[in-house]
Amino acid sequence: MLRIFSVLIACLLSWQTLSSEAIAAAESKLPSLFKQLPSTKLSKMKGLIDQISATNEPQVPATLEYLLNGELYYLKANKQIVRAKVNANKRYELTDVLTDTPLEAVTKSAIKKIKTNNALRGKIRGLLALLDLTSADKDIRIKAVKQLLDKPNSTGITAVTALVNNEPDEDVRELMSVALLVNQLLNDGYEAKLAAIKQLKTSLEPAVKNAMSNQLEAIADSTSEHDKTLAAELTKALADIDDRKGIFEFLETLFFGFSLGSVLLLAAIGLAITFGVMGVINMAHGEMMMLGAYTTYVIQQAFPQLIEYSLLMAIPAAFLVSGFVGVLIERGVIRHLKGRPLETLLATFGISLILQQLVRSIFSPLNRQVASPEWMSGSWQINPVFSLTYNRLYIIIFSLMVFVALLMILKKTSLGLHVRAVSQNRDMARALSIKSDWVDAITFGLGSGIAGIAGVVLSQLTNVGPNLGQAYIIDSFLVVVFGGVGNLWGTLVAAMSLGSINKFLEPMTGSVLANIIVLVGLVLFIQKRPKGLFPQKGRSAD
Amino acid sequence: MKLKKIIAASSIIASSLVVQMAYAADTIKVGVLHSLSGTMAISETTLKDTVLMMIEEQNKAGGLLGKQLEPVVVDPASNWPLFAEKTRELLAKEKVDVIFGCWTSVSRKSALPVLEELNGLLFYPVQYEGEESSKNVFYTGAAPNQQAIPAVDYLMDEIGATRWVLAGTDYVYPRTTNKILKAYLKSKGVKDSDIMINYTPFGHSDWQGIVSDIKKFGSAGKKTAVVSTINGDANIPFYKELGNQGISAEDIPVVAFSVGEEELSGFDTKPLVGHLAAWNYFQSVESEENEAFIANWKKYIGDDKRVTNDPMEATYIGFKMWAKAVEKVGTTEVDAVEQALIGIAVPNLTGGTAVMNANHHLSKPVLIGEIQEDGQFEVVSETPDTVIGDAWSNFLDSSKNLISDWTAPVSCGNFDVKTAKCSGQNF
Repeated sequence: MLRIFSVLIACLLSWQTLSSEAIAAAESKLPSLFKQLPSTKLSKMKGLIDQISATNEPQVPATLEYLLNGELYYLKANKQIVRAKVNANKRYELTDVLTDTPLEAVTKSAIKKIKTNNALRGKIRGLLALLDLTSADKDIRIKAVKQLLDKPNSTGITAVTALVNNEPDEDVRELMSVALLVNQLLNDGYEAKLAAIKQLKTSLEPAVKNAMSNQLEAIADSTSEHDKTLAAELTKALADIDDRKGIFEFLETLFFGFSLGSVLLLAAIGLAITFGVMGVINMAHGEMMMLGAYTTYVIQQAFPQLIEYSLLMAIPAAFLVSGFVGVLIERGVIRHLKGRPLETLLATFGISLILQQLVRSIFSPLNRQVASPEWMSGSWQINPVFSLTYNRLYIIIFSLMVFVALLMILKKTSLGLHVRAVSQNRDMARALSIKSDWVDAITFGLGSGIAGIAGVVLSQLTNVGPNLGQAYIIDSFLVVVFGGVGNLWGTLVAAMSLGSINKFLEPMTGSVLANIIVLVGLVLFIQKRPKGLFPQKGRSAD
Repeated sequence: MKLKKIIAASSIIASSLVVQMAYAADTIKVGVLHSLSGTMAISETTLKDTVLMMIEEQNKAGGLLGKQLEPVVVDPASNWPLFAEKTRELLAKEKVDVIFGCWTSVSRKSALPVLEELNGLLFYPVQYEGEESSKNVFYTGAAPNQQAIPAVDYLMDEIGATRWVLAGTDYVYPRTTNKILKAYLKSKGVKDSDIMINYTPFGHSDWQGIVSDIKKFGSAGKKTAVVSTINGDANIPFYKELGNQGISAEDIPVVAFSVGEEELSGFDTKPLVGHLAAWNYFQSVESEENEAFIANWKKYIGDDKRVTNDPMEATYIGFKMWAKAVEKVGTTEVDAVEQALIGIAVPNLTGGTAVMNANHHLSKPVLIGEIQEDGQFEVVSETPDTVIGDAWSNFLDSSKNLISDWTAPVSCGNFDVKTAKCSGQNF
């Protein structure tokens, strides 16, 4: 342990390559360099940061850390460099960074932030990476090694060499050895290079591939025997890596396809019930989703401290709100237009416009901000080239749950039995004393409620605004028609296949053309099989 | 008896007509042609309110030429052909003296033939793709050389980007801008294989595949930057996906030309922090004019949380210029005002001066800002001088010989300097 520590100290001392005179002269430099911070232009900051880090003073790492986090300010009055943190009553607590002494808290107007930009922060992160290598947090260590992989430097490699054998975590250790091997590949002799290639062949880190291609490019024109063997090995290794990458890229696209499919499924499944079972062309279906999304917004506004649970609360609430509006529409309008599909279409289109304008008047035409809970963001990194984003993963699982639940309702409950009876033969069902009016209202409410749930999901993926529903209504109809009207399994298969086809086409054709191709393909398909993938069987089906 | 009645009736009608005419002569009519419903309402309603605020201010200060200004607001409802009809209504029926309006290029192109036919005057306040200069339009938004090119310069020089993704929504502004940018990048020695161009439909929300492609494209060991002409609404899912797939602004910075304070106010800004936008104005710029403008706006709209943005500044500048030109020539007659506008200078909101050039475009400073957590921008780069808007891009073969100069002796929107001819094809 002591050895590692001493190596690290050595690394820190050689923080930047600098001569011993510079160290001696730097003793008194820091205050004067700090004085330049407020007035230096962003484009000149890189040089100043280099100078500051070259002083090797003990304050430097902390100062850079503050600068990185946007906590470094200066007092407008005397240009003193301070670390400022806002406290509960909106005043800023100050600490002098040179002496580490606390100062009196001030208001925002007394201090000004020292600006950074992307490039500068990247640079500081590189400088700090060395320190992070020994951080207690595994993620920070991984980031530090990745930083080193992207921008290799000799001090970093020395530090990693010292640390690698004592690294407790396997992932970090593996990444560290990759970094060392890449270094070996770039800088060592022939034998070492060959050995490095052999071991790196299995790594999917992008930096490995880049190092290999760079190496290959560098020796491409060389005629020496060694270089030729190396080039052959490199080409083989690169092909290997590409093969393995190809598999994961395919899996990734499949995941993208299913995740788009699951959104389509959620949007369409409500419609599959109202359109499929009742035969009502409900143009206001999209607005039911919009209402669900706005319900999420209202819940987040009402319980600002419960953002993490807001989605769980929004799901039943959106179901009730949209379901209730759905029942109102059915009772108020649709039942009076029974058997007149064109008028139903026009009336529901009118309702959709009314609902949009209503939302515009109540919530303003501007999009509303729906926050994503922490657990819905980020991704699950399986390997360097394959990761699944959590929000999509949850949505796929959730939409399948909704699908199964709906299937159960239709198959296993008496309500489902009635609904199926009415959809297969309305007159016969009535003759068997099923209240078909009542079943209609409940069915429509159920379909609308599920649209509301889809709205909760969409609020996590897209903008919550009055036009939210319009973007999905066409797709929903496509899915239902493609899958076969009135068939839930058909809707599932249709949604997943449309999503996948779209995503597999997208890299080749661009997303605009992909949409068009899917649409044209669908029209041709419907020509061939007007009843979709899985036509419903029953007397009223004809 | 009958005759008397007729005479009496007609005199009443006549006198009421005179009264009406007298009333009409007492006000100067200002047309406002912004969509108040439909998809563009989200952006354009703000500009309508800005014009109304400016009119109210002007009237409080005594109006113009001793007359009060009277706003005539119409709603073209985000429906492009309707822009032509509403322009005709404003010019022929309402007889307005000036119009402030339009957002999308297609709406402007729809109104243009009517403006030229009836000799109207339009102030267009939004950044656009250039390649146009009409005698009847003043362009107070940015041309590509006042937004896109300085942004690319910043990424190239300060961030060190060498690999480029040009991502845009599929319509005329991104397509033309990307064509110009591609030509510019190639002139700087960027190879074709280092440029990736991607278009998506309006309101695109499923960005997984594209973001994953960008990630792959950016992992080639060269610093990669994204230049985004993605239109307003599609942006939030795009940035969200970037965040979810673990791409930070330091890995692959995105500079956007359509994301401003107003758009961010509907966003959960967490995934956007550190990404960039290029504009000619940011609300966060500290200047006396800007503070006054922001205070006025918040008071006028009665909401302390409302923000200001670049097209609002462009509307402000356009309005001030028009008022100054009208005062200078003492009439609202279009031809006189049009000539008087060239060379007019008014203070802009970022502490400098905006000048109207002979090509009907402004001289403006170009600012690059980084998005902060509060939805505001922190300026990280600013051009040392103002940049003159270039109507016809020098980087496109079709327009590199064209200039626009509406002063004598050229008086032409698309003068070919090689052939010394004016084709008359202004758009």
